[in-house]
Amino acid sequence: MSEAITAHNVSKCFMLGTRSPEKYHALRDVLAQGLRGLARAVVGQPQQRQQFWALRDIDFQIKEGERIGLIGRNGAGKSTLLKILGRITEPTGGTIRIRGRLASLLEVGTGFHPELTGRENVWLSGAIYGLSRREILRKFDDIVAFAEVEQFLEVPVKRYSSGMYVRLAFSVAAHLDPDILIIDEVLAVGDIQFQKKCLAKMEDIAGEGRTLILVSHNMSTILSMSTRCILLDGGALVASGRPQEVVRAYQDTVQDQSLGRTDLTRVERYGNGWARFTGIQTQALAADGQALEFPSTGGDLGFTITLHASQPVKEATVALIIYDEMGGRLIDANSLIKGKGLSLETEETRTIRFRLRNVRLKPDLYTAALWLGVQNLADIDGIRYATTFRVEARREDILYTSPFPGVYMCEFDYDPDVRGVSTQ
Amino acid sequence: MSRKQEVLIEAGRTERHYWRDVWRYRELFYFLAWRDILVRYKQTAIGIAWTLLRPLLTLVAFTLVFGKLAGLGGSGPPYALVVFSGLLPWLFFANAFTEAANSLMDNTSLITKVYFPRMIIPASSVIVSLVELVLSGLILVALFAVYRYVPGWQVLLLPVFVAVAFAAAVGTGLWLAALNVKYRDFRYVIPFLVQIGLYVSPVGFTSALVPENWRLPFSLNPMVGVIDGFRWAILGAEYEPYWPGLALSFLMVLVLLAAGVRYFRSMEKSFADVI
Repeated sequence: MSEAITAHNVSKCFMLGTRSPEKYHALRDVLAQGLRGLARAVVGQPQQRQQFWALRDIDFQIKEGERIGLIGRNGAGKSTLLKILGRITEPTGGTIRIRGRLASLLEVGTGFHPELTGRENVWLSGAIYGLSRREILRKFDDIVAFAEVEQFLEVPVKRYSSGMYVRLAFSVAAHLDPDILIIDEVLAVGDIQFQKKCLAKMEDIAGEGRTLILVSHNMSTILSMSTRCILLDGGALVASGRPQEVVRAYQDTVQDQSLGRTDLTRVERYGNGWARFTGIQTQALAADGQALEFPSTGGDLGFTITLHASQPVKEATVALIIYDEMGGRLIDANSLIKGKGLSLETEETRTIRFRLRNVRLKPDLYTAALWLGVQNLADIDGIRYATTFRVEARREDILYTSPFPGVYMCEFDYDPDVRGVSTQ
Repeated sequence: MSRKQEVLIEAGRTERHYWRDVWRYRELFYFLAWRDILVRYKQTAIGIAWTLLRPLLTLVAFTLVFGKLAGLGGSGPPYALVVFSGLLPWLFFANAFTEAANSLMDNTSLITKVYFPRMIIPASSVIVSLVELVLSGLILVALFAVYRYVPGWQVLLLPVFVAVAFAAAVGTGLWLAALNVKYRDFRYVIPFLVQIGLYVSPVGFTSALVPENWRLPFSLNPMVGVIDGFRWAILGAEYEPYWPGLALSFLMVLVLLAAGVRYFRSMEKSFADVI
């Protein structure tokens, strides 16, 4: 079988200005820097700029019909690689040869406009993904039927429930019929029923000899969908091969990093950016507050989070949300519950801390999301995958926990023979 | 197998298929314009009325200030018509390049998530202003009726001048859109450009008032040719343009458009990284 994608020495470097963490420039800064640069040139001092290699010398081939699971921790370079493959951004070095029509689905509902109706959005979104009018017309009924929104076609999508919105958005993408389909994490949203339907649809797509590249933090999706896995870490390709083995390698990297600080300055996020999370550190604590080597069931978890405000923030809410591998929302530790608002001044850096007590999660991988906002008003900063941690089994639990599925380990009493107690 | 298209991604490579892609995505151009128009008139209840009201009020203000107070109105066609024939292309141009300049920022989510030739975004945003231009044309027809004025054969050339105005707006829009992504505070410069532009373009006055030896330098402003052309097409022989100036203005439109396309394309690849 021939190659669908051949990547050779692909690298991507971002230049970080030393002056500000902002990615864009202000004209006034450029003018000011120009003068400063001129002064420096006269004095003979070179201007320094920091480089950040998001990807470095990546080599891989993907054959037609392969289903690739692309995994790696935050900042490993997955999103950058997808954006290069999708021609959204260009590589700094290297070449990629792509055979066939490629569609990349990096977000659910790209191009959807809330004021427009379901019908109008199907047309718009189809056109954005490069479908011709004739193709959209041909697929329109299928798209609507798959999304199960027939009755709401003439309603603006801003009135849709989030489930309906996601279904319609995914449905458009599922009907693109590309030769190569790239999917980033889009299944993390939506109800379980629809997720299953999407997985089935993707199986169909793969079954027709199409190539699929799937990015997910959800290892069970990765294992069930992919025929091969590629693991990125720190911008380099560190493993490629059988899914079970590569997933294990990934889990090992997570384990190494389970405790420690995660830099959040360059991760996928949403929100207006008035303030941003800059880092998160996970600590495992015993009930008495002593630091432990790894998180374990029934212990405490400390999350030390740093934020930086570029604009003043008043009485905002911070939420730390823990998800399981299936994307199920398990814990929502929300500062609103504590009645303590967070206010930040311009250019203020702040460190906050959550301590989750008696966390009775079963040994497994979990991800933490962060959200800063004003309830029901604005998202200031939101990061779906802020950090990943692994809860380990304590030695005394090891014999018992693994065979029983589930995420929560309840403390319970058991009496094998209750006599003399009335059941009435 | 051979039917499959092959794409080579490489650093710094000027996209060989760029114009083919623009052609392939031509329907997107139409859809984005359609979306902008739909959204505009859905959101504001008085959308269309507002579209008409703005040029109408500007017309009244200009006619009163320049026509009555400054006494610029002379013999010949009614002064309101003289002003409006200049106002029509100027408002189109100013609205269009302002919209185009902000269009990329308004479509950030598209730029960071989907590939298509980015040029389609600013170009299609100009279409919205074109629709406004056509709507404002109704006011012109009304003025014709009020003043019982019948335009000459030159009016048939109006589409040509509309096309040139469109090219000027796209050219300027491409420049400003790309600069706007790179330098965020550039948006403060844009209203200023609109203001200055109004003074150096023959909207409230006619080009005939410009001293003879200044007419060529004056025509370096691409909108001079467009406005003079509009005026001639609407008001006839009395406003015959200064042909060398018109030619120079049109040449400037071409230069602006070509340079705009070049600059935009050189910047385009980094949009997703910096936006």
